[in-house]
Amino acid sequence: MTKRNDAYGFETRAIHAGAQPDPVTGARNTPIYQTNAYVFDDVDHAASLFNLQTFGYIYTRLTNPTVAVLEERVANLEGGRGAVACATGHASQLLALFSLMQPGDEFISSRYLYGGSITQFVHTFKKFGWHVHLVDPHDPENFRRALTPKCKAIFGEQLTNPGGVVIDLEAIAKIAHEAGIPFIVDNTIGSPYLSQPLAWGADIVTHSMTKFLGGHGTSMGGIVVESGKFDWGQNDKFPTMTQPDPAYHGLTFYETFGDFGYTMKTRAVGLRDLGPSLSPLNAFMILTGIESLPVRMERHVSNAQKIADYLEGHPAVAWVSYAGLKSSRYYELAKKYLPKGAGSVFTFGVKGGYEAGVRVVENVQIFSHLANVGDTRSLILHPASTTHRQLTDEQRATAGAGPDVVRLSIGLETVEDLIRDLDQALAIALRRGKKAAE
Amino acid sequence: MSDVIDRENYSDEYLLDILKNNRVVAMVGASPNWNRPSSFAMKYLQSKGYRVIPVNPVALGQEILGEKVYANLKEIPVKVDIVDIFRRSEAVPPIVDDAIAIGAKVVWMQLGVRHDEAAAKAERAGLKVVMNRCMKIEFGRLSGELSWSGINSGIISSKRRKLIA
Repeated sequence: MTKRNDAYGFETRAIHAGAQPDPVTGARNTPIYQTNAYVFDDVDHAASLFNLQTFGYIYTRLTNPTVAVLEERVANLEGGRGAVACATGHASQLLALFSLMQPGDEFISSRYLYGGSITQFVHTFKKFGWHVHLVDPHDPENFRRALTPKCKAIFGEQLTNPGGVVIDLEAIAKIAHEAGIPFIVDNTIGSPYLSQPLAWGADIVTHSMTKFLGGHGTSMGGIVVESGKFDWGQNDKFPTMTQPDPAYHGLTFYETFGDFGYTMKTRAVGLRDLGPSLSPLNAFMILTGIESLPVRMERHVSNAQKIADYLEGHPAVAWVSYAGLKSSRYYELAKKYLPKGAGSVFTFGVKGGYEAGVRVVENVQIFSHLANVGDTRSLILHPASTTHRQLTDEQRATAGAGPDVVRLSIGLETVEDLIRDLDQALAIALRRGKKAAE
Repeated sequence: MSDVIDRENYSDEYLLDILKNNRVVAMVGASPNWNRPSSFAMKYLQSKGYRVIPVNPVALGQEILGEKVYANLKEIPVKVDIVDIFRRSEAVPPIVDDAIAIGAKVVWMQLGVRHDEAAAKAERAGLKVVMNRCMKIEFGRLSGELSWSGINSGIISSKRRKLIA
């Protein structure tokens, strides 16, 4: 009877997946291969590498040993087949779609997205001739209604930033698969510890590793992970995968590389030709952060829950939108898709609107007022005046970034300190609001 | 029908045993075109110390990567360990019959190639079978080289990585 491979828990894989001690030196931790290039054994070896006939390293824009460990680590934690790391979350979205889209193609996206994604999809991707249809994910059928013959993907963000919308992954995946197209999910806010889109039928996952994966606010990074389960040959929508590639002497990626063909294509064409590569040092920092991802996420969630509970009863607070609260319309969906917790990024509305929101963010002493989420440090932001400033009023409203919205990314500080900090800032906002009204 | 081998999930131990303990591979369906998947696999396996003998009636009389091409398995003058199949699933049964006849130890069917009946027949004759896997990809995965391209090897180990000797 053949032995089965041992299964390992998430905590073990968060530390070990992709890494083994260096064969030459025995170095236990992953070295930072701060090198641009790698020597060839001979010209034949070089040619084999360039033609993708053999595995190995040529140039850090394409592959790097430190970055490779990170790619395997995240692919493993997401339950995926392979991954391509890159410079930023924005780059991960560009690369994920670049392997699928031609000029004139379309894709459907949930309209509840991080503001930067909206701008990238609506304005910048237009320059490649890619057209996005934004739909309301609250009714998954909206994705089906928006389908056109030129649609090549469906995109959604789970636990959206800032609105905290939980999308019905299983239902949307089904619609995508019935249309013969892949479902891409930005899993940044959940991280694979809380959220596993591939397990629910998503085909591709993207991250801004800058956030919870790195976890310490030090290093920018992005990643594209594939499930390895999407059949690119089921229709003729993906010539980039199923037709000979002129840049590789007529190689057909899906035929040659099978279930990691999309990863190979994304690296060998997208990453190679567009160039948003991840630095080895950043990869190392993010790897180090991932080792503690499980314990960090547990603390992020428990702190966030306590703070959301406290805010819900607060006199200066009009509403709290956190899927861990029973009052949230996403409470049941979060129980299904995020059973370990609804993350630690959520919004609340300050009584007094825009001005009150500004006062709160400017008067906290422990929370840091800046544009980021997923740090050990607690962060606060007023999206309407910052990250979502470039959108129209309507886009802001639909993205959950209206004038009174304050976004929190709860960190790992002592929760009582965080509550006291918010309390005093809210008191100031309330007091000044009353004064202004007089 | 043998259910002893799980035909979807081969353990790493099972695959390593096959890759480590065999040396001569007869590649059925080897293409003379250098940019085909079979050519990639042949070149890679040769670089890892395997002897790869191409079998392809269409390329009879030619040489692929320094090896003479044979019309079928029975004409190969040396002992063959692994029969590596780069053909459609429907073409598998007669190849398996030949593999059994020449005393091969393993039938390995490449990506997308699967024939449960022929597999069971080979197993009853004492051969090991692998289906729907690429020899190059599995060697790469188990030796750590596939990880260099960001692919999930599934391996968790605190031992120094070394290539399969």
